[in-house]
Amino acid sequence: MRPTIPKRTRSGSVATRHRSTQRDKSTQLSYIASQAADARVNLEIETEGMTLNIGPQHPATHGTLRIVARLDGEQVVSADPVMGYMHRGYEKLAEVRTYPQVTTLINRIDWLGSFANEVPFILAAERLMEVEAPPRAQWIRTILFELSRIANVTLFLGDMAVQVGAITPVFFAFRDREYVLNQIEAVTGGRFHPNFDRIGGIKDDLPAGWIAQTRQAMIKIRDFCDQISELVEGNEIFQARTRGVGVIPAEVGLSYGLSGANIRASGVDWDVRRDSSCQLVYDQVEWRVWTHPDGDSFARFWVRLQETREATLIVEQLLDGIPSGPIMAKVPRIIKVPAGEAFVETENPLGVMGYYIVSKGDLVPFRVKIRSASFSNMSITPWLLKGVYVPDIITILGSLYFILGDIDR
Amino acid sequence: MKTWLNVGRVNLSLSGHAEVSQGHVEGLLESITSALDADIVGSHIQGSELWVRVKRDAWCDTAKWLKNDAGFTFFNFLSAIDWMQSPFGRDMDSQVDKATRVTTETSQVGNLDNHDNLDSDVALDTGVTAGDTRFQMLARLNNLQTHSSVFVKADVPDDDLTVRSWVDVYPGANWHEREVWEMFGIDFDGHPQLKHLYLPSEFEGHPLRKDYPLLARRIKPWPGIVDVELMPESVTA
Repeated sequence: MRPTIPKRTRSGSVATRHRSTQRDKSTQLSYIASQAADARVNLEIETEGMTLNIGPQHPATHGTLRIVARLDGEQVVSADPVMGYMHRGYEKLAEVRTYPQVTTLINRIDWLGSFANEVPFILAAERLMEVEAPPRAQWIRTILFELSRIANVTLFLGDMAVQVGAITPVFFAFRDREYVLNQIEAVTGGRFHPNFDRIGGIKDDLPAGWIAQTRQAMIKIRDFCDQISELVEGNEIFQARTRGVGVIPAEVGLSYGLSGANIRASGVDWDVRRDSSCQLVYDQVEWRVWTHPDGDSFARFWVRLQETREATLIVEQLLDGIPSGPIMAKVPRIIKVPAGEAFVETENPLGVMGYYIVSKGDLVPFRVKIRSASFSNMSITPWLLKGVYVPDIITILGSLYFILGDIDR
Repeated sequence: MKTWLNVGRVNLSLSGHAEVSQGHVEGLLESITSALDADIVGSHIQGSELWVRVKRDAWCDTAKWLKNDAGFTFFNFLSAIDWMQSPFGRDMDSQVDKATRVTTETSQVGNLDNHDNLDSDVALDTGVTAGDTRFQMLARLNNLQTHSSVFVKADVPDDDLTVRSWVDVYPGANWHEREVWEMFGIDFDGHPQLKHLYLPSEFEGHPLRKDYPLLARRIKPWPGIVDVELMPESVTA
């Protein structure tokens, strides 16, 4: 007998969902059971399979990703992502570049939130050099880190609607992302590739009037989030397409190395910003980590939406209390990092990103291992896409939110 | 196919703001030493991180123990290191670089002159937890309840570049091991599908090995070896 699917609630009750975990667990289980029942029906009727080649060019892939899906009727039997179309070999290239030169490369890993890529690398190098950035530099770093998160996730919020067929929200996303990009450009000089972080501090101080403008931008981003809530989150079609689709149980997600909003949407209350002792000033502000118990595509969207709101609040609090002082610590002009190894991870827009650096006291790193978030987030897709329907492939890929530069490095 | 049925094991109890304490990491070191006594080669503690070096044969058992008995459920990454000095030396060195080396020689750690040495008996100069062989496996796991993390390392003998795959323990290791396989040429025993991840399937060689030349650097001098640009007047003078 097919279990009954509980009535989907409208968005009004969503905000309270994360509190009552017990009820949601049973809701989640019944979704899963219905999916499993569908899959069994299809197994019983033997139909001839076909291979569907998705990509390498597809709007949902944020780059060039090819997915070879074996289909049985409308359902996916196996899906095999093929990547490497954009592999640039940063780990090898970093071995022949000085530490300041490496940051220009790693800007291009996650190109929507570039500044966030530089931070863990710089922090790892600083840990090896035993240098600490002055407080003002750390605050500006954290602000820019959060701004790049907003710029990145804003595009996701609009893009997720495109994956299910709604065109309008993505225009809003591109429009409102510009407010944040303008602020990033005003400080760093670059909209997408700031290359602004330095070992021991940051390159430049804030321009005049920037703080007030950023406050305005944060208000606009919150308006955008409200708009997305109305347009997308509460939309019945959107909910029908995303609720119960692509459910990732917490334990499976963890063993695949899922991180960031993807794992928080599975109910895991873990955020490196809060739970790790990295040198960013998140302990100076009051904020909360959002989780959602469902683990489906909607939950991933919802968590990201809340995180964008939360990020604007973090930025506003940080803007209130930027300390004065220098923006660079005393570092030698020619940077040689003492021998040793260090790993620093931060909570980047796409998930946990870390750099493992081995230094031999040279101008160049001996080995750089880039732990990028999307690579691990994507590695669950062969498991996750089994048994889903073809249109849901795109929804699930969209909700996992990867950027190919972050996978192919 | 029965992927959705695993969902009964959803664990929603992972939460809390546990403080990372030095004592916890030390306790972990004690328990891992008692559990895998003979297999541990070395260890050291760095903040809330534990670095352990295990024997190659215990590579997979360590992961099993850490996941099942110590609560390290989050698979962070898996990779490898080639500890060999590059046989090409730093042939990208321009004269400018050599000049800088002379001027900063007093503050230099290690002996840079050995970089050009093609001899294989150059001593391996390895990292904090050190290594005895050329290739070393490296993996990081996180415990989300205690917010501690552990680095596991294992030396891979030069004549037998094979380690036991982690795929059975952490399915996420699948792609990471494929990457290590193509980039370093280390085989994984028990891996379901070792095929190229990034590189085209007819690609020869293992790019992240130190003896794999980076062509761009072979044909072009290193741009900007010193991160200081000359002022225009000093160039013309």
